Amino acid sequence: MQDLVAELLKGNRRAAARLISLVENDDPQKRELLKGVYPHTGNAYLIGITGAPGSGKSSLVDWLLKQMRKDGLTVGVIAVDPTSPFSGGAILGDRIRMQDHALDNDVFIRSMGTRGSLGGLSRATREAIQVLDAFGKDIILIETVGVGQSEVDIVKTADSTVVVLTPAGGDSVQTIKAGIMEIADIFVINKSDLPGADRTETEINMMLDMKKSKAWRPPVVPTVSVNNEGIAELWNSIQEHRSHMEESGRLLEIRRERVKRELTEQVEYLVKNRIWERVKEEIEFDSLVEKIVHREQDPYSTAGDLLAKINFYERETGEGG
Amino acid sequence: MIQISSKKVRILVAKPGLDGHDRGARVVARGLRDAGFEVIYTGLHQTPEQVAETALQEDVDVVGLSILSGAHMTLVPRIKKMLADNGMNDVLMVVGGIIPEEDAEELIKCGNADKVFNPGEPLETITGYIKSKF
Ligand SMILES: Nc1nc2c(ncn2[C@@H]2O[C@H](COP(=O)(O)OP(=O)(O)OP(=O)(O)O)[C@@H](O)[C@H]2O)c(=O)[nH]1
Ligand SMILES: [Mg+2]
Repeated sequence: MQDLVAELLKGNRRAAARLISLVENDDPQKRELLKGVYPHTGNAYLIGITGAPGSGKSSLVDWLLKQMRKDGLTVGVIAVDPTSPFSGGAILGDRIRMQDHALDNDVFIRSMGTRGSLGGLSRATREAIQVLDAFGKDIILIETVGVGQSEVDIVKTADSTVVVLTPAGGDSVQTIKAGIMEIADIFVINKSDLPGADRTETEINMMLDMKKSKAWRPPVVPTVSVNNEGIAELWNSIQEHRSHMEESGRLLEIRRERVKRELTEQVEYLVKNRIWERVKEEIEFDSLVEKIVHREQDPYSTAGDLLAKINFYERETGEGG
Repeated sequence: MIQISSKKVRILVAKPGLDGHDRGARVVARGLRDAGFEVIYTGLHQTPEQVAETALQEDVDVVGLSILSGAHMTLVPRIKKMLADNGMNDVLMVVGGIIPEEDAEELIKCGNADKVFNPGEPLETITGYIKSKF
């Protein structure tokens, strides 16, 4: 298995693909593998692209890939599409728009389903990013549908975040979800060939100007991704933001925050895992559930008793929990 | 730890060759999704090289080819060979399209396809077959 990591570092695409599957499937050997991967990460620049379904994210990624390749950069793409909550299946269709890069050895594209588990998606995405980072990609683009909290979480793992909007038509931009406005480093108004684009651009600019001035004022870039309009400007804005992040020290800061989150998560993961292993061995969990169902016990004291029984902590005497 | 296994069977649904519409492939893709599979869908006019490379990057368990052009006897073996060259010999190869009985037998006999479906085959037959393999 460690061979996989060695192969990854040699640039073996099959190894990269296998490793991403293993982390995505939460394979028992995952943590061991990621230990081998981690020392080789930290070199890629991470760009998140988010926006409503159908806003043109994949088309933008396609054009950005062309710009980046022209600049000689190697790129990894992680394209996330929603998993059906009913069947657990998914149609991952982002690649359709990126077919021009299918045979470019310096581009690696991977589609992922959201797979439902809360927080699990951002973890899986982050780990897949680590694999592509160690694989040696200069840039990693992450496309996600910006609808739920987990998508916003993914974007938090990016160094630069592009939020894709479309002309609001009759609606006002006021209806744009608050959480989405906050995470943008760059706004794109894609489909600027459609009516209302100018108004949308003006409204966003006004909204941004009302904010207290920050070190970085997000630019608003109109694009028509089907015609390659505004793409060079967008790529420019991303590079400017990157320079800003690097020169201001912000990049180091957010990466430190990210490591803090990762470490916290790992600690919690290990603790949880250990507890449930022991509970499984020593406790008849289901029979406790039955007792609580019949109101013979309550979940609050039962949880404490249970942890005391596996010697995880001292039985509670007084209040608290 | 109380955890649902997150392993999903991943299927590439591809349309190699030049034939012009992908209605059938889309219907199958949706059927597979509704049966709980993760479907990577790449659209029309894929070259064998593109199919093999996508299968590799996406690390799929199944490659489903939809071929209506009549070129199945060249396309399927070429894709199978490229997959094998990439170390993906164990990928389940499923072919759908207008494929004469003898051709289907030949493809399976030579190990180029695991299963061939004709148009009009109920979706449950296809999803059931793939489920039975995993
Ligand atoms: N008029 C117009 N249509 C566009 C533009 N960009 C993309 N589209 C169309 O919008 C549709 C969706 O484009 P995608 O690039 O797949 O959008 P997406 O945001 O990746 O979609 P999901 O991943 O499904 O959420 C396609 O039919 C595109 O042709 C644009 O600039 N103008
Ligand atoms: Mg997309």
